Order: sequence, then C-alpha cells, then structure tokens
Amino acid sequence: MSLPCGNIFLAGVGGQGILLASEVLGEAFLRGGYDVKKSEVHGMAQRGGAVTTHLRFGPKVFSPLIEPGAADLLIAFEKMEALRFIHYLALDGVAVVNTQEIPPAPVSSGQERYPERIEERLRDTTPRVQMVDALTAAMALHEVRAVNMVMTGAASHFLPLPEGAYLEALKSRLPARVVEVNAQAFRAGRALVHPAGERG
Amino acid sequence: MSVHVQETVRLLSGNEAIARGAFEAGVRVAAAYPGTPSTEILEYLVEYEGVHAEWAPNEKVAVEVALGASMAGARALAAMKHVGVNVAADPIFTAAYTGVRGGLVIVTADDPEMHSSQNEQDNRHYAQAAKIPMLEPADSAETKIYTKLAFELSERFDTPVFLRTTTRISHATGPVPLGEVEPSAVPLGFVEEPAKWVMLPVNARKRHVVVENRMRALRDFAESFDGNRIEWGDRSLGIITAGVAYQYVREAFPHASVLKLGMAHPLPERLIREFAAGVTRLVVVEELDPIIETHVKAMGIRVEGKDRVPALGELNPRIVRQAISGDAAPLREPAAVPSRPPNLCAGCPHRSLFVALNKCRVTVTGDIGCYTLSALPPLKSMDTCVCMGASIGNALGIEKALGAAARGKVVAVIGDSTFVHSGITGLINVVYNGGCSTVIILDNGTTAMTGAQDHPGTGKTLQGERVHRLDLAALCRAIGVEHVYTVNPHDQVETEAVLRRELDRDAPSVIIARAACVLLPEHRAEKRPGYEVIAELCNGCNACGKLGCPAIEWLPLTPEEAVAVGKKPTQKGIVRINRLMCDGCDLCPSVCKMRAMVEAAS
Repeated sequence: MSLPCGNIFLAGVGGQGILLASEVLGEAFLRGGYDVKKSEVHGMAQRGGAVTTHLRFGPKVFSPLIEPGAADLLIAFEKMEALRFIHYLALDGVAVVNTQEIPPAPVSSGQERYPERIEERLRDTTPRVQMVDALTAAMALHEVRAVNMVMTGAASHFLPLPEGAYLEALKSRLPARVVEVNAQAFRAGRALVHPAGERG
Repeated sequence: MSVHVQETVRLLSGNEAIARGAFEAGVRVAAAYPGTPSTEILEYLVEYEGVHAEWAPNEKVAVEVALGASMAGARALAAMKHVGVNVAADPIFTAAYTGVRGGLVIVTADDPEMHSSQNEQDNRHYAQAAKIPMLEPADSAETKIYTKLAFELSERFDTPVFLRTTTRISHATGPVPLGEVEPSAVPLGFVEEPAKWVMLPVNARKRHVVVENRMRALRDFAESFDGNRIEWGDRSLGIITAGVAYQYVREAFPHASVLKLGMAHPLPERLIREFAAGVTRLVVVEELDPIIETHVKAMGIRVEGKDRVPALGELNPRIVRQAISGDAAPLREPAAVPSRPPNLCAGCPHRSLFVALNKCRVTVTGDIGCYTLSALPPLKSMDTCVCMGASIGNALGIEKALGAAARGKVVAVIGDSTFVHSGITGLINVVYNGGCSTVIILDNGTTAMTGAQDHPGTGKTLQGERVHRLDLAALCRAIGVEHVYTVNPHDQVETEAVLRRELDRDAPSVIIARAACVLLPEHRAEKRPGYEVIAELCNGCNACGKLGCPAIEWLPLTPEEAVAVGKKPTQKGIVRINRLMCDGCDLCPSVCKMRAMVEAAS
C-alpha cells in the first residue's frame, strides 16, 4: 500500500512560531513512516518580514520546495499572508487561515491600507477556506505564543495522521514545561474546525 | 515503519547534518563566524562532546585556526557563508599548497536568491581557482555522508576539502540515519616539516607541483566516486545536475536520464562523455553560474544550459520544467497585497540612533547587520552597504575625494560584531591617513542579524563561558582616535548633541552607541513600562509613523469617522500603540508634538 503524499505551505510573519509548527508536523510524518522534506529561510527575513515554510511528505520526496499551484494545504498564520501566497494552493486545496491581522510596515506607517474583504477574496479563488480565530483561542490559554499550535490543530483535520501522532511529535520537539499548554492549544485549534461542515 | 528506524533516523536540517557528520568523523576543532545560511552548524556542533567549537572574529581567522588544528593532526572544520570565503580566501588558497595532516573541511553555504545576503556569488568558482576538491550534497542525508567523506578525502589526498551547500540544503530538513563515530587514524602532534608548512617561495614552488599531481589523482577519483552517478531512464532527454537542483530535476522529469554530480570539482570527464553519448538531448541544470555547462562545452560536447535555465536566483521544479519543455500549468493570479519587508524590532536601539542621525542630514556609509534595514523607508538612513567592514573605508574614500566639501558630512555606521570582524583595520587607516571621519559603532552587545551570537566584544564564548571582554573604547583610543564617546541611543537629546559635536570636529572620532539588542534574554527579562496614545490628543500628524516602529499602528479615518471620534473631518487618521509589541524604548514621545504618547498605566 502506498502512503499518500502531500504539500503543506505555511505562511505568516516572523516571530509567530511557524518554524516550530512545521517542525512538529515534520516530526509527526517522519514517525508515521513517511519521507519528509521541509524548507525555510532564516536571517534577515525573520525580522518581522513575511515567513514561509514548505513541508512535503510522501513515500519519497525529492524537491524541498513546493511549486506554485501544488500546495494541498495552506496554513496562513496571518490573514493577509493567506492572500499573498494563495497562488501556491492547488485548485482543490484547503486554506486554513488565522483571522489575526498583523499590519506590515507600509500599513502601520500609514503609506498603505490593510486589505479589506480578505475572506471573500480568498473564497473567490478557492471554495475550501477555513477561518480560525487562533489568537482568541491562544489568549484563552493565557499564552499568545501558542497561536502556532492552535493553527496546527485546526489544520490537522486536513492531514492523514491521527490526532495522537501530532501530540507525540509535539512532546518530542518541545521542552517538557511547555508541552501541556501547547497540547491544549493544539486540541483547542482542532475543536475550532469541523471539516464535515466545510463550506464547499 | 519499525521502532528501530524511528530511533536511528532523525529529521535534520543540512546544517545539523554537517554538525552530525563532523561529529561522527571525530572532528576536534571547529571555527566559524556566523552568517546566514551557515550559522547553526557551529551552534549544533558545540553540543557534541569532545569537539572544541568557537566563534572566530572573522572567517579568515576561523580558517587559520582550523588549519592550525589540522597541522597538529586533528580533524578540523571551518564554516562560513559564501561571502565569508572572500574574507578567508587568503589562507584557503595557500592551504591548498600546504595540504593537511588531520582532515580539514571548509564549509561554504551559498545563498542563491539572496534571502539574507548582499550578493549571490557561486562559490564553486573557488574550488576551481584554489584547486581544492568540492563536494556538493543534494539533501540532508547526503550532507551527513559527504561531510564524513570530506574528512576522509582530505587526509587521503592531503588537501583541504570544500563542502558546498546552498540555502535549500542548509535550511531544508530531511530524514538522516545516524551513525557511529569513526575517528581519524592520524595521530595528534605537530611534526616539523618546513617543506610542507613554511610557504616560502622555495617550498611553495615544490608544493605547487604536489597540487597539480593531486588534482590529477582527484580527477581519477571523481570518475569512480559513487556520488557521481548515472540514473538511466528515457534516453531522449539527459540532464546533468548537482546539489538541490537534482531534486528539482527528479521532480520535474521523473523519467529522464540523469547524471547527478556529487563532486563539483574536479568533474568526471569520462562519466560525462559516457552520459552525453547515451542520450539524444543533453541539458545542464545548475543554479547560478554555468560552471558544469562551460566545462562540458570545453570538452567539445553540445549541450543546452543557461540559454534556458535562469542564472539568477533559485530554481524550483516549475522553473526547471518550463525551461526544458516549455510546459507550465496555469496558476492562480498572485494577489496584490501590501509588502511585508523585514523591519527593525520595536525598541531596537538602532532605530533610536538613526532617528537622531537623520536630523544631522549627513551621508551615511553603512555596513552589514540588522541596522542595514534602516536603509528602507521610512527611516532611509543609510546611503551605502557593500560588505563586512566597508563602511569605514567608504567614508574615508568619500572624504578624500570631496575634500573640504565632505567635512562634517560623512558618517560611517558599523555594528559591534562587524567592527571586530573587519572594521578595526579601516579605523586604523582613518587615523594613519589623516581622515577626520566620524565612526559610529552600534554596540548592541551581540551579533543580532544571525540570531544573537557572542563575539569578543560580548565577553562570552560559544560555550557561554565568561572571558575577557574586548573594550571597544579602549581599542579605538589605542588605535589613535583621541575622541571616543559612549552614548545611550535611547537618550535622543544627548545622542543628537554628541553627534553634532563630533561631526564638526576636525579629527577622527568614534561614537559608541551602546544599548542592548531587544532580542537578548537579559533585555527581555527587564520589565519596562509600555507606552500608549491618548486618543484625544492625537492630531493624526503621523510624525511617529516616520519612525517605522512595528508597535505603532496608523488607523485611517474617513471624514465621518473622524467627526464621530471628536476630530476635525480633515484628520486622516489616528495612531495607536500595540501593547503586545511595545518595548518601552521611549523614542516615540520625543517626536510627538501633541504629547499624546505616554507611559501606559500598566
């Protein structure tokens, strides 16, 4: 039996914990017996700039980069970043989008405006959009930094591993003292999405 | 998959795989200067027992330390980003002549696409120019294998060996089977051998003969090296490729015949001829320069390459497919949204310094570090940026070219780590050649851009040990700069006053702008009150918006909205401070004429 393969594109803003989220996902797939490749960029891009991570799994993965139009799942940790990278999504792909808005420098300095009607614009492009209020869920756990795990939990519905696999991976990648809050965040995120009710 | 596999296979980045491979090869000494995408190699290596890993002040010193360790019989590694090899080229070119005793591996991490670099030079040229063999892995697992192999080849052929990665190898992650430590058989100890180690012309002439003979032996090795391999498939298309480009080729053309080269220098000519003869159409797919292509053409073989495959930036499977077959599936339109450029952090001391400096209206020669971001709007504070340490030489050059017209009009800005790396000699030159440049050392107590690494000026080593802290002010005085002043850039009044005074001075001066990087744990542990905006006072002048602080947000208002919140209909918006981001640096109140920015009532 061959394993399914898939491409996950993670997008957000430097400092949102995207690298960690992708590490947990990558570890979960490795433990599930998949070949995994993941690619990201460090350095200057991390200073509040747009950050992306490419994560690919399957029986055998060659390219560490996902090509535009080939992502099965787009996890956007910031709303506008979903729009910026929507062209990476496959025609039948799913976008899981944090409703949080982080204004980029041209917006916070008044040069440009934060785009309006983002959800509508996303739905114009693809029917499969899940909006997730990850910031509120993380604040409810008194841990703003757990936004990344809320998003990972929400997105996990669209991935082939059982819930326990991500929690095991999380345990292996995080220091013991923060495992519980991150596991809670993951479960909270998972509870926010009901794929059966996905608007098609 | 079995539990056994889970225990021995780890997901590692290329940089982790280099560290692991070096550890398994029994490396004893490793030295580096941080630089994206190479930085983490040493940060991972220092975690392994039995390895001395150190931050060197620059890449040249790192290579000299590693070569010294090799002379003493130890396996040694020096790691750097592509432009670091420019700095280290001097010892590298002669190390090719001396050869080694313990295996010596030099890692060059190139950055096609310039994700975090000032150029995208292709360091495969260095292998050719320095006559040093170069291995080029295509994923994390291969990176670990090639790192170990590099040490073996180094000892076997008595040569330094380059290991070349690119960003998509260094910062890409994949499964890596872990192995056992297999140390070198070379005994420790320095053995006097002047004909090998003392590169006087009389000895070097003989060593050059050794180098040429070695390259011949390496060319033979390349023919049988299993990292250079043919994967026969459909013979109507044959692709020669290397590094991460191999992965894109396999993705884009799964049925094509492929010659994968694991060794970038020297190239296996017999293997290339065999491959070329076996396929109808021959294409080279390589990132950046046409190095393989040029070689194949020089062998008299017809081949396609850079006439189709871009020489600029990174490749990906789509680019490769389009280049070779012209096929490209239609894409969704990328959405037009405001750009999100990297930015100085909220509370960054560099911002405070540049706000004061902008008032002086001078030409600012810049350098490499986070502060280079101040060249972007809205600060637009920097006029040049070339390479590590260039700011000081550039400033003196402008001064010498323009004479009196430049007096008091040119300032060099350079970070603390960058100053130690290669600014010191520039400052010596200013004094020696009678300049009167003003040099600002932005001392935030770390190498911030690469993720906060220590350096001699922080007084801490890679291991976190406290050691002698290089006193930058004392150093500048010893160089002969009589006017050396330290200011806190968060104190706008004092900083501006010192800047104006020193700009006017008819002698060289150094201003050390000292305040901690906001990313340092010791700074984050300090509690400072955040700031807030008294909305009633804000008149929407947006002077604070010109600071480019990510914590300050502009909220646009329509005339109706403006009236509804008690403003004139002409007011275009108001600002607010994002309390989650505000670092309490006290900069914004200094530019607010309405006194609307105040310490928040917790």
